Amino acid sequence: MKIKVAIVTSLNSLRRNPMRALLTTLGIVIGIASVITMMEIGQGSSEAIKKVISGMGANSIIIFPESSMSFGVRYGAGGVKTLTPDDCKAIIKECPSVRNAAPLVYARGQVVYGSKNWSPSSIMGSNPGFLDVRDWENMSEGECFTDRDVMNANRVCVIGRTVAKELFENECPVDKEIRILNVPFKVVGVLSPKGANMMGMDQDDIIIAPWTTVKYRVSGSGQNLINQAATTSAAASTVNSTSSIYPNTAVKFYPDQSTVQIANYMMYTRFANISQIFAAAKSSEEVDSAIREITQLLRQRHHLKDGAPNDFTIRNLNEILNTLTKTTKLVTNLLLCIAMVSLLVGGVGIMNIMLVCVSERTREIGIRMAVGARQRDILRQFLTEAVILCLAGGIIGIIIGHGGSMILAGILGWPMSASPEAITLAFAVSAGVGIAFGYYPAWKASKLDPIEALRYE
Amino acid sequence: MSNTLIDLKDIYKTYHMGDIDVPVLKGISMSIKQGEFVALMGSSGSGKSTLMNILGCLDRPSSGKYYLDGEEISSLSNDGRAEIRNLKLGFVFQSFNLLPRVSAFENIIMPLAYARCHVSTKEALAKGIQLLNQFGLTERSRHEPSRLSGGQQQRVAIARSLVCDPQILFADEPTGNLDSKTGIEVLDLFKRLNREKGITILMVTHDIEVAMHAQRIIHIKDGLIDGTYAGAEKK
Ligand SMILES: Nc1ncnc2c1ncn2[C@@H]1O[C@H](COP(=O)(O)OP(=O)(O)OP(=O)(O)O)[C@@H](O)[C@H]1O
Ligand SMILES: [Mg+2]
Repeated sequence: MKIKVAIVTSLNSLRRNPMRALLTTLGIVIGIASVITMMEIGQGSSEAIKKVISGMGANSIIIFPESSMSFGVRYGAGGVKTLTPDDCKAIIKECPSVRNAAPLVYARGQVVYGSKNWSPSSIMGSNPGFLDVRDWENMSEGECFTDRDVMNANRVCVIGRTVAKELFENECPVDKEIRILNVPFKVVGVLSPKGANMMGMDQDDIIIAPWTTVKYRVSGSGQNLINQAATTSAAASTVNSTSSIYPNTAVKFYPDQSTVQIANYMMYTRFANISQIFAAAKSSEEVDSAIREITQLLRQRHHLKDGAPNDFTIRNLNEILNTLTKTTKLVTNLLLCIAMVSLLVGGVGIMNIMLVCVSERTREIGIRMAVGARQRDILRQFLTEAVILCLAGGIIGIIIGHGGSMILAGILGWPMSASPEAITLAFAVSAGVGIAFGYYPAWKASKLDPIEALRYE
Repeated sequence: MSNTLIDLKDIYKTYHMGDIDVPVLKGISMSIKQGEFVALMGSSGSGKSTLMNILGCLDRPSSGKYYLDGEEISSLSNDGRAEIRNLKLGFVFQSFNLLPRVSAFENIIMPLAYARCHVSTKEALAKGIQLLNQFGLTERSRHEPSRLSGGQQQRVAIARSLVCDPQILFADEPTGNLDSKTGIEVLDLFKRLNREKGITILMVTHDIEVAMHAQRIIHIKDGLIDGTYAGAEKK
């Protein structure tokens, strides 16, 4: 018996009792509709999370100096600053999976413009590469400061949208002078708005200045004063690299020493350390290999012996992303389980009605067998009928589910994304339910004895 | 045309109703040659329908051998017997057994859906229309069996039994519901099928007049063959 004939026959017999068919398939409709809604909302949420995270800097990797131990004294995280701008440079140069990296230093305090003041949540020192790392190159107004500004520790800065609003309201901030912790800075640009990050922190409440300026002119410390002297003197001469201004080797105030002199006189080494390095991998797939390369490079640069613990920590947003995605997945899967239970109940409903159908139509089965239908023909016919019922339920369920998630998205503003996989899955599941629960009644029908079936009243 | 088509050897059929055994056929042996037109007679309850069901491969005998075309049938699988029913046999039931809520036309072409050899939809339609014409049912082709008269249902049942071009036709009281004129028409059709297409026909009837149209009459009484007589129709 051709499958086409089986389908036509099944449709004919279903058409005889449309109300019953509809009620039978209701369980499947509800089950599939909930599966579709769950999956679309779930997928929408995880996509929304991904978007927020990639907004924080796609494929970001953050390197912190690690709490380290020297002679049994443990310092807290960042207590000993082991990261240097040269580390950052080396990362850019030698790690193939890294797209860009930028050094970071932080300051905290009040910013004043005219009679207004504001305390931004972050005052950062970095270099122009930072904006590339964070995918934040678009400026609303003005320009970013340059590498030369970084080298010269110029007092220039770019400000975030929130800072601009608080200090300048409707004025144009570019070329205005603000005072950050009492140090005058010229605003050269306003960053494009980025909104809140996933922690709910306003990412536009930010000031970014050359890290050299922030480190040596703003966040004051004894060491910085020496540096500032070095800066001014170095800035006068031609320099082309920050590491020659802020070397992590001894500054040559004196002529080169002989080895004997080195042995006799200990030199104080200035350490141009930074609080963080912010790096970006070339793609999210390369984040792991970037982390591996950075670890290897930094261990080598910091002369760590094999087995010695890292004196730095590497974190990436992917971890957070993974945690969040896992959580949404978990919730979605939980809801999916509930939807599956409803599918199961729907399947049992189908089985029940199909069994009723088989006994109602025993005579018909007998007649068909009498004219030559084989067992497998009868099996196929009833199986087709169950699958058609389930698929019809599935299609209605897909429409209702999709409509439902669109309504939720429209009214409650929940994120949703149409998912072709969910629809394919729903199709497969409803066909599967049809086969699984239609098989027993169909098998029972096919095992009927023709003469007994003909005698059935 | 003298080779044996049907050969029954000592067929017994006993129904079991709880603890009670109901013997219906008590050792029937007979043979029917290819191209024969045989009438089966006997009083009500003598086991004619039971015998027909066994011959029509619908039921299995309790014991005994049934050779159809040289093939032992009672040992065949269910599917094997289904195939024989579809390809070689046509069956007209005493109670018609038409599919309810399905049009006369679809009832007639229904067996083609199970035909092992490929029958295209077009061929099936052509065959159905031809049979409708032949049985004067063209007007009633869309009627469901419940909206047909007994005689019309009878004709639909006969048309259905012929749709697969069977080798043998079993008809359980094919004229029982027909007026004598239509009855004679059916009998003439049977005779023509028998003569022109060489279809072997086995027909149950209570009416001696009807039986006389056959070449041979087999009489059954209490599950045993009582006697065989020659009919009016000559070979
Ligand atoms: N399934 C069954 N279970 C028990 N007894 C049965 C069964 N089928 C038939 N019988 C019995 O077998 C006997 C023969 O029945 P059958 O239908 O063969 O009679 P018949 O010769 O065709 O009669 P009629 O001329 O009235 O059609 C009857 O006595 C009937 O009661
Ligand atoms: Mg009978």
